[in-house]
Amino acid sequence: MTDAPVIDVRGLTKRFGDKTVVDHFDIAVPRGAIYGFLGPNGSGKTTTIRMICGLLTPDEGEGTCLGFDVRRDAARIKERVGYMTQKFSYYEDLSIRENLDFVARMYRLDRRRQRVDAALDDLGLADRQKQLAGSLSGGWKQRLALAACLLHEPDLLLLDEPTAGVDPKARRDFWDEIRRLSARGVTVLVSTHYMDEAIQCDFITYIAYGRKLIDGPSAEIPAMVGLVTYRVSGPDISKLEAELQKEDGVEQVARFGAVLHVSGTDRARLESVVERYRARGTHEWAEKKSELEEAFIYLMAGARDNFARDAA
Amino acid sequence: MKFSFARLFAVLAKEFIQMRRDRITFGMMIGLPIAQLLLFGYIINSDARHLPTLIELNDSGPLVRSIISGMQISEYFDIQGTAAGVDSGEQALRDGSASFVVVFPRDFERDIVRGLKPTLLVTADASDPSAVGGAVGALNGIVSRAMAEIFSGPLARLAPSPPPFEVAVHKLYNPEGSTSTNIVPGLLAIILSMTLVMMTAVAIVKETERGTMEMLIATPVRPLEVMLGKIVPYVFVGYVQTVVFLLAGLTLFGVPFEGSWWAFFVGFNLFIVVNLALGFLISAAARSQMQAMQLSMFTILPSVLLSGFLFPFAAMPGWAQIIGSAVPATHFLRVVRTVMLKGGDIGDVAGEMWALVAILIVISVVAMLRYRQTLD
Repeated sequence: MTDAPVIDVRGLTKRFGDKTVVDHFDIAVPRGAIYGFLGPNGSGKTTTIRMICGLLTPDEGEGTCLGFDVRRDAARIKERVGYMTQKFSYYEDLSIRENLDFVARMYRLDRRRQRVDAALDDLGLADRQKQLAGSLSGGWKQRLALAACLLHEPDLLLLDEPTAGVDPKARRDFWDEIRRLSARGVTVLVSTHYMDEAIQCDFITYIAYGRKLIDGPSAEIPAMVGLVTYRVSGPDISKLEAELQKEDGVEQVARFGAVLHVSGTDRARLESVVERYRARGTHEWAEKKSELEEAFIYLMAGARDNFARDAA
Repeated sequence: MKFSFARLFAVLAKEFIQMRRDRITFGMMIGLPIAQLLLFGYIINSDARHLPTLIELNDSGPLVRSIISGMQISEYFDIQGTAAGVDSGEQALRDGSASFVVVFPRDFERDIVRGLKPTLLVTADASDPSAVGGAVGALNGIVSRAMAEIFSGPLARLAPSPPPFEVAVHKLYNPEGSTSTNIVPGLLAIILSMTLVMMTAVAIVKETERGTMEMLIATPVRPLEVMLGKIVPYVFVGYVQTVVFLLAGLTLFGVPFEGSWWAFFVGFNLFIVVNLALGFLISAAARSQMQAMQLSMFTILPSVLLSGFLFPFAAMPGWAQIIGSAVPATHFLRVVRTVMLKGGDIGDVAGEMWALVAILIVISVVAMLRYRQTLD
């Protein structure tokens, strides 16, 4: 049991009308892992998550979630999964306590009062429990949503862009909590746009147009993307950045403070550009190991290009 | 997974809390029936009285005076004064300062005595036919009564010979011909269809629109529990509205309740269920609360216009009657009027009840086909 993946689906496909939103998607998520789900808007992340937790029935494909069949046992899966939606999906006209109590009743939990009290204490909202959820700020809403989907102590957490519109401090606290849960053996599948979240994940899968492009442990992702990266520092870095972006062979220029990370997938062409600029002697050039940051930016940018080509 | 009453009650409780917090909606549930009852009950009266009238006098004998006083006593006519000629009479009609101009021609009395059948010209502002209809109908009676008074005793031979028969009109069920007796029971049908269809439709679409539906179906709650939990509170709303309505109708307007309470009870429960099903159907079709509202309005208009609530059903053209027969309010309206005014029992309204059942079945089948169980 411990060795079997928590999520194990193959060939998952979903069509809305004639548009294929998710196209033969496979994923195997090991127990206790934090699995990052990356991809641009409209790439099918939310649809995939909904299929895994039984909210949508796949048109094709099969697999298990927590050992239950995703097609037939949706009801059993729902009992063991905590799903946090992209948009705040609790009742704004109910108080914090009423929301938690309602969720507890949906799962028919025992010791409901104690559980809700404990959740309120954990949240630090015990003294504001009568406040309406709609009056909470974005960060607090997100914490309430997390507390609500943890009430029934799920084995699997599905988080759909959980920290959109949340300030950085709240986001850090949120991720501390996610890592604590993961350490306790809760498996987490999280979709995100943010690099600082992506680098927190043990595994990353990248999806665009409903197709999986890359999947693997975070540490191996840069190698899979195959970027060659140079670090450039020196004076007048903005001007250089603009110049480099026009160069053939330079596929990505990312700025990190006063330095540029210049990357490309074709080593020979990138190096010829680097040689020319080095010859000027104005800047310092050094090859560096490609990190997840560059890979992330590369993937996100590539997806935008795909979009443009698709539209044309 | 079995149906759970605990979850159903949780949804119910939540719905009641939300209903209580939404002051405007809550106010609408209670305030709307009262406001409509007062508006329709007190203000709308198709039997208009005290219509401003001008008299153009070209003769002024006792018969003319008797006719004029008869008009005043009838309350239909409010005699404002005399018109100084054809032009001033027309002007008064045009600017609305008079609804009637009555012209007594020169030598009116003398011509009657001579048996020349003179013409009493009544010009009416018929731009609103229902407003002047009652008054015109009353005028004939007033004139002949006045003549009978004057040509009595030795003058009796001068009286025009009476028509060879008499028409006895016996007004059943509403002897005073009071409009509110007709309107108020019908209003229950309108109030219930208005509020219940709209509220059910909006209540369900609201969950989808706010994204809470996604959270709900991610929990183990079953669709049936959600649907019942969301619909049942509005059954209570329907009950509250009916009670408010009955209290006001019976006390304020003195509307009789002649028939069987049992028939009324069965009828209004059936009607509530039909409306909830209709609201449910709208919520399954609508994508937003705005759409749900608009679709609800779409069902409310025929309820008001084609059901026989405002205009007599029999007076509508055939095709409109066919459409009207498909409107639930039409049948409930008949149930309420038959039971309250005519003293009907369940046997008298069985046909209407079956019609409601048929409509309910059709709506439910369509709603079930449209309803999305998952987010698909």
